[in-house]
Order: sequence, then C-alpha cells, then structure tokens
Amino acid sequence: MPSGRALAHVPASNPPSPTRRVDLKTKLLTGFVVCTNVLGNFSMSWGMKHQNAVLGLSPIAYIRLIFTPWVLLGTALLILWLLSRMTLLGWADLSYVLPATSIGYVLSAVLGKVFFGEQVTWERWLGTGFIVIGIVCVGLTAANTTKRETAG
Amino acid sequence: MKWLMVAIIVGSTVLADLLQSYEMKRHVVAVEDLRPGRLGGLLRGLARRGPLVVAVFFMAISFFAFMKLLSVADLSFAVPVTAASVALETLLARLVLREKVGALRWAGALSVACGVALLAM
Repeated sequence: MPSGRALAHVPASNPPSPTRRVDLKTKLLTGFVVCTNVLGNFSMSWGMKHQNAVLGLSPIAYIRLIFTPWVLLGTALLILWLLSRMTLLGWADLSYVLPATSIGYVLSAVLGKVFFGEQVTWERWLGTGFIVIGIVCVGLTAANTTKRETAG
Repeated sequence: MKWLMVAIIVGSTVLADLLQSYEMKRHVVAVEDLRPGRLGGLLRGLARRGPLVVAVFFMAISFFAFMKLLSVADLSFAVPVTAASVALETLLARLVLREKVGALRWAGALSVACGVALLAM
C-alpha cells in the first residue's frame, strides 16, 4: 500500500490548481483592461485630431463627433474598459489593480510618439522605468488579499 | 480655483474606486459574463447596483473637474495630481477595504506614482 507521502506526489503534467487558474485569469483580465483603455484613448484622440471640429457650448457638435468612426470605436472600447475594470476590481485588490494597470500610461506615451510624433524626453523614460519597477513589485504580490477567489 | 479642482478630482476618484471595489467584491462577475453576447445583460445588471451608479456619478464629476482644471492649469500640473491619488487610494484600501498592503506593494504603488509624475513632465 502506498504511503501518504507517495500519494501526495504531484506529477508535473497535472492541471494547474484553482488558485493558479484564478491568478492567470486575473492577469489576463488586467491585460485586457490595459488594452481597452490605451486603444480607446488612442481612437478618441485620433478621431478628435482628424476631425478638426470646433467644439463650443452647443451639444450638437459633440453628438455629431461621437458618431464619427474613430470616436465611436473609442467610446465602445472605453465602455468595455469600464466593464472589465469593474469586473477586475471584484477579482483583485484595489491596491493591486491601480499600479498593475498603470502600464497604460507608458503605452499611451509610446503610441503618442509613434503615431502623433510627440517628444519623449529623458524624464519620461525615467518615469517609464519607475512605472515598470512598480508594476513588477506589485505583480509579485497576491492579487486578492481579502479572500473570495471567484473568477469564474 | 486650481486647488479646489484638485481636491474635487482626487476626492471623487478615490470615492469612485473605493465604491467600485467594495461593491464588485460583494457580487463577483464570472468570466463567462464577459462574453460578447452577455455584455448587454452585464451592463444592465451593473446599472441596477446603487453603489456602482454612485461610483459612475463620482467618475463623471472627476472627469468634468479634470476638464475644468485643464482650462486653468497646465497638463504637466494636472496629470501628476492623478498620480497622487494612487498613493492615497492604496492607503484607503488598507484602512477601509482591509486589504493587506505589504512593503512590496507599497514600494510598487509609490514607484508608479513617481513614474506617472515624471511622465507628465
């Protein structure tokens, strides 16, 4: 009869534990939140820059602008961002979500440089470095410290 | 006017995030609910939750106050202010939401706050 220790042996090919699966889903959703935010803001910015619309106090100009393709895409992406971020806040700590999703600041700066030709100074590169270090630090901690790991 | 807008932005952002985090942990959304066919139902379900409606209201206040701030101050001043809310929210997550914020997470949050401030320069 095998001993308890032998039964406890877990082969490397075993499926990941529920906690690991939840952790992976949380990280994937974090990536989705970042992507929808960055692409949503980029679409909005692209649409605004290419419309050359003069926005005054009249709401008609704003409504007309919303129904242009890029701004409409940006709005849809930002609605997705809001929904996915709310879901993520149910799965992970607020103190985890805030720093972990701040890579969006860096990606927005990169998109701004590539597509809009914006200047990236050494202060911005230093800031990027600080953000990456912060994300690595937070990524090493448990995503949910208040229990209830129900990511589906 | 400038510092009043800063207070409104930071205060409403913090309240919106705390309310969202609190409410979403009471009724967790499953990953299946994020499928494209179920997004409408998810949106309707979330719109019926009082704390989330209040949170969206605070987000709107924060957005319009930010627009106002941009009209009276530089972007290089306005963006670092939002970075300050990361540190404040981490503190309140520890005190109000009872999250376990260890030294590593504190270091990460402060590093991100410094990084965002530098990005705005």
